[in-house]
Amino acid sequence: MGLAVTFSTLAQDYALPSGAPDALTGGTPAMRAPPMRSGYHYQSAEIRALQDDDFANPGMLWVDQGDALWRESGAADEPSCQSCHGEPSSLRGVAVRYPRYDESMGGLINLEGRINRCRQEHQKQPPLPYESEPLLALTALLAHQSRGMPISVSIEGPAREFFEQGKTYFYTRRGQLNLACYHCHELNPDRYLRGDRLSQGQPTGYPIYRLDWQTLGSLQRRLRFCNTGVRAEPHEFGDPTWLNLELFLGWRARGLLYETPAVRR
Amino acid sequence: MLKARISVPATATRGEVITVKTLVSHPMETGFRRDALGAQIPRNILTEFECLLDDESVFRANFHPAVSANPFLSFRLRAERSGTLTFRWRDQHGEETTVTRELKVDG
Amino acid sequence: MDDEGQTGLLSRRGCLRRAATLSLLSLLPLELRASPQDMREAMLAAFGDRPIIPGRVRLTLPPLAENGNSVRLTVAVDSPMTEADHVRFIQLFSPENPLPDIARFEFSPASGLAEVETRIRVSAEQDLVAVAGLSDGSLWSASVHIVVTEAACIDALL
Repeated sequence: MGLAVTFSTLAQDYALPSGAPDALTGGTPAMRAPPMRSGYHYQSAEIRALQDDDFANPGMLWVDQGDALWRESGAADEPSCQSCHGEPSSLRGVAVRYPRYDESMGGLINLEGRINRCRQEHQKQPPLPYESEPLLALTALLAHQSRGMPISVSIEGPAREFFEQGKTYFYTRRGQLNLACYHCHELNPDRYLRGDRLSQGQPTGYPIYRLDWQTLGSLQRRLRFCNTGVRAEPHEFGDPTWLNLELFLGWRARGLLYETPAVRR
Repeated sequence: MLKARISVPATATRGEVITVKTLVSHPMETGFRRDALGAQIPRNILTEFECLLDDESVFRANFHPAVSANPFLSFRLRAERSGTLTFRWRDQHGEETTVTRELKVDG
Repeated sequence: MDDEGQTGLLSRRGCLRRAATLSLLSLLPLELRASPQDMREAMLAAFGDRPIIPGRVRLTLPPLAENGNSVRLTVAVDSPMTEADHVRFIQLFSPENPLPDIARFEFSPASGLAEVETRIRVSAEQDLVAVAGLSDGSLWSASVHIVVTEAACIDALL
């Protein structure tokens, strides 16, 4: 494919002016700073219709399950989510701010981490593992509450250094194919890899229902899938690397609207 | 117990042909896939679905592994009388999940 | 694929078809692919040697599926759906999936309309078949061609 770009020629500052020449293609500024677009844009009409159908969208099964879990009490007489928060809709607007810097942890926490902390501190329950059905269900429930709201993570203050690390990750080559996130999702959205139409890699609809997975999956599952796609050893679920990248991706997608549960190919 | 979503119109007029939709959580594991270590993942599928109006069977389906995970069905019913719609799925082991909805027919 | 000629070799559709076919051959052990013969046997088991007449059945699928795990399918038969004249069942078959049987739907006069929408797995480019059985004992069929494309990256199971 002639991906002859060295790291030094990559955008050092993501917010490059839109007319900057593109090292890969020798030009098309539109590919450098395209309008930000959700992955929804890159799906077929069939898949978009499935996402838009609030009954048939399979992700809604997890939203329903999350709603049931929301009302279940914790260990012994510990409270349910509902005992403290009321209806799930009271948390509308929360998911779009994750991941965020958490002072007590001295690091980033994502939505899954926040749910698990509530479970441990207030419900005296063990944390739920990534990709477990109840964690996917509760994450889907909370993210769904923010559907239609713009992503608005903060990279101010102590979050900045984590953001910078996430950004570095995005532009760093890895794996046997020696590709950075950047190569597919910034230089080549809209182009095809075999039958796949590359997207910009915007985290608007997680957890997502992928037809390929035949189930719901987290953003970190998708990122691990990208690791294996470029034949790199995937980072573990919950690895700080992923939290940093989640923050960078959230900042990069700022203003795009939440659409959980999204349906993707 | 499966998670099921059912869509039935709140009310129907007598003689109207309504659309009923069902979506149910199930992996519909084909038995042809292998896990990361190469072990065959055993088949685990729903094999039967039935919709009854009170005691009358009004629609039935048989599923094979070619039915997608989290099976979706949309089918039609002529609303002649009010009653209880029962939706029943059975898996290959004979385990059943049953959900009911009231059908209200005017006139 | 032989009839594609020179242009077919270079066309996008030709590439997609080859990609789909080649990758499926490499992914599925041969014993996991049915054949048109298997499908004929499954239909023989279901209907014996009764004649199946092409027509009356409307089978609708997208011509090209982006993912074979979940393909929307609608099948319907025009019928008054009375006691005297109704559709008793519609059965779906595949000549290329690992198994020839897909699903069977049974109707009654209470159905009002013999129409079903569902989502199925389609493992390769093929001609899917729907057979409808009417209350007068006649059998009718429709067949639809579908192409399945392959993704660039394939996720290992968790």
